[in-house]
Amino acid sequence: MSTTENTFAAAGTSEGGQELLSRSELTAKELLREVGSVLRMSETEAAALSSVEHEAPEDQTMIINMGPQHPSTHGVLRLMLELQGETVLRCKPIIGYLHTGMEKTGEALTYMQGGTNVTRMDYLSPLNNELVFSLAVEKLLGIDGDIPERAVWMRMLLSELNRMSSHLLFLATNGMDIGAVSMMLYGWREREDVLRFFQKVTGLRMNHNFIRPGGLAADLPAGWRDDVLAILENLPSRLEEYDILMTGQPIWRERLQGVGAITAREAMALGCTGPILRSTGVAWDLRRDMPYLHYNEVEFDVIVGQYGDAYDRYAIRFNEIRESMRIVYQILDRMPSGDYRIQNKKVTPPPRARIDESMEALIHHFKIFTEGFKVPEGEVYVGIESPRGEIGCYIVSDGSSNPYRMHMRAPSFVNIQALPHMMRGGMVADAVAVISSVDPVLGEVDR
Amino acid sequence: MSDVVEPVVATVEMQHGCPVIDSHGQRVLLVSRDQYVGVVKALADEGFDMCVDLTGVDYLNIENRVVGADIAAERFEVVVNLLSLTRRERIRLRVQVPATDATVPSLFDVHPGTEAHERETFDMFGIVFTGHPDPTRILMPEDWDGHPLRKDYDQGSIPVQFKGAHS
Repeated sequence: MSTTENTFAAAGTSEGGQELLSRSELTAKELLREVGSVLRMSETEAAALSSVEHEAPEDQTMIINMGPQHPSTHGVLRLMLELQGETVLRCKPIIGYLHTGMEKTGEALTYMQGGTNVTRMDYLSPLNNELVFSLAVEKLLGIDGDIPERAVWMRMLLSELNRMSSHLLFLATNGMDIGAVSMMLYGWREREDVLRFFQKVTGLRMNHNFIRPGGLAADLPAGWRDDVLAILENLPSRLEEYDILMTGQPIWRERLQGVGAITAREAMALGCTGPILRSTGVAWDLRRDMPYLHYNEVEFDVIVGQYGDAYDRYAIRFNEIRESMRIVYQILDRMPSGDYRIQNKKVTPPPRARIDESMEALIHHFKIFTEGFKVPEGEVYVGIESPRGEIGCYIVSDGSSNPYRMHMRAPSFVNIQALPHMMRGGMVADAVAVISSVDPVLGEVDR
Repeated sequence: MSDVVEPVVATVEMQHGCPVIDSHGQRVLLVSRDQYVGVVKALADEGFDMCVDLTGVDYLNIENRVVGADIAAERFEVVVNLLSLTRRERIRLRVQVPATDATVPSLFDVHPGTEAHERETFDMFGIVFTGHPDPTRILMPEDWDGHPLRKDYDQGSIPVQFKGAHS
C-alpha cells in the first residue's frame, strides 16, 4: 500500500490491515515523512537520523507483535515492533481492542445519565471524567457561574484525591513493569486508602457518577475531614519509603534515565499533554494556566522535568502527589458550608423533603428522572487537567435532553502516539519502561 | 429541530478571512474547506502551536444551521481545537464537509499529532483526509462495514460478531 496516493475509498470499507510496511515497500520519502515532519528538521538532517534504518537490510530486521495481551501493556494494546537485534527501529501501536462505542452510547443517554457513561472511560480517574462532562453541560446550560461554593470546593477535593490515587497506581504499575515488584503492593495499598474514602463518599470505589451537572450527587458524609486527614498524615512517610526504595536507587535510575526521551518540540507537535509535556521542560498545567473551579485560589507548584525521559515522568508524577496533598490541605481549610448542588428545578432534582410537601416538587422529580433536562442549542469544548493530561469534552446540543454529539478528547489516546518516537532507536527491553512511563489507560484510548 | 440557529454575534468579526463567532464565550472560526489548512498554518504562526483535538460531527438532522456568511451548511463538520501555550488561549475551527464529497485535506504536515484523530474521524464518520500517511481504521475492526458515529447508523442493530457461536 503506497501512501503517496490516497488509498481511501470513500464508500468502501476495506481499508486494508494495520500493518507495518515491509522494508522493500517503504520508500525513503515515507520514512522521511514518518521522522522528519514530526521532528521539524531539514531533509538532510532527517535523512542522517534515519540512516540506521536505510542501512538495515530486510533480512536482518524482524517484526514482532508485543501484545495484545501482554503483562505490561496496561490493558489490551498491541505494539508492532521492528527489531534489529535488540534495537527497536520502528513501532506502531495498534488500538481498538477495548472500543465499545461510548461516544455513540453517549448520544442515546440523557445528560442526567451521561455521567455513568463517561466515568468508565478513564477508569483510573473517573471523577475527572465526570467533572469535565459536568462542566461542559453546565456551560451549555449557562449555569457555570451559579454552582454553589461548597460544590466547587468538593469537586476540587475529589479531583485532587483522584489525582493522588491515579498517580499512586502509576507508581505501583511502573514499579512492577520495571521489576520493583514490591512497589506494586505498596502503591495499590496506598491507593486503596483513597478508594476507601471514595467509597464512603460516593458509595463506589470506582465509576462513581458522583459529580453531576449542577453539582454533586450528595454531600460529604459525617467524619469526612478526619478520613482525609488520615490519608494525608499517612502518605508522607510512605512516600519517603518509596524515595528510598526507588528514586535514589542506582538500578532504578539506570533503568529509567535517558530511556524514552522526547523533546519539547516533539511533544507539542504530537499534542502530548500532562506529565509527558511537562517532562520536556514545558511548564503547562491547565490548573495554573487556564484555571477552572477555584484552582487560581490555591497555591501549588507545577512540577517540570528537563530531559523528557522516563525518569522525569516518574519523578513528576511522584512529586505531583505531594503537590496534590498541598492543595487538599488548603481545600480542608477553605471548605465552605452550604449547598452541594444548584437548586434549579430544571437541572437538579428537588430535595427529598420537598417532595412530601409539594406537588410541584414531585412533578419536577418525576420529570427529571424520566425525561432528563433540556439543554439549549450550541456547542462547547471544555478542557481540564486530568492525571494523564488534558481531558476535553466537546458537546453539541440540539436542544433536546440528549447530547447530539458527545466527544471526549482522551489524553491517553493522544499520548500513546508518542510511543513510536520514544522507542525509536531504543532497546526492546526498554519498551516496557517506555509504555509504563506514558501511563496510558486503554479504556480511555479506545472509549 | 429544523430551525436551530447557532449563536451569532451581530457584528461579524473576521480573522484570516473567516467569520468568528462566540459560542458560550469561546472563539470559533468558521472556515471553508479551501481555506482550512492555510488558516491552521497562519494560526500556528500566530502562536496556536498545539492541535489539541480534531473530531467530526454529523449534522444529518439539523439542516438550517448558520455557519458563516458565505459558507453553506453541510452534513458533516470537522471540528479542530487549537491551543496556544504562550497566549493561554484556545480557538476552535469548524469546517463544513458535504456528504457527497466527504474529503478534507489532512493537517498532518502542520500538526503531526492529528494523525490518530484523523484516523478516528475517518473510522467513525467516513470523512476522508487527503494526504494522510496511514489512512486505515483505528478503533473498529479492519473489515467493519459503515461508520458508527454517523446519525443514520443505528445503535444496536448490528448482530454481535462472534464467529462460530450458536445463536
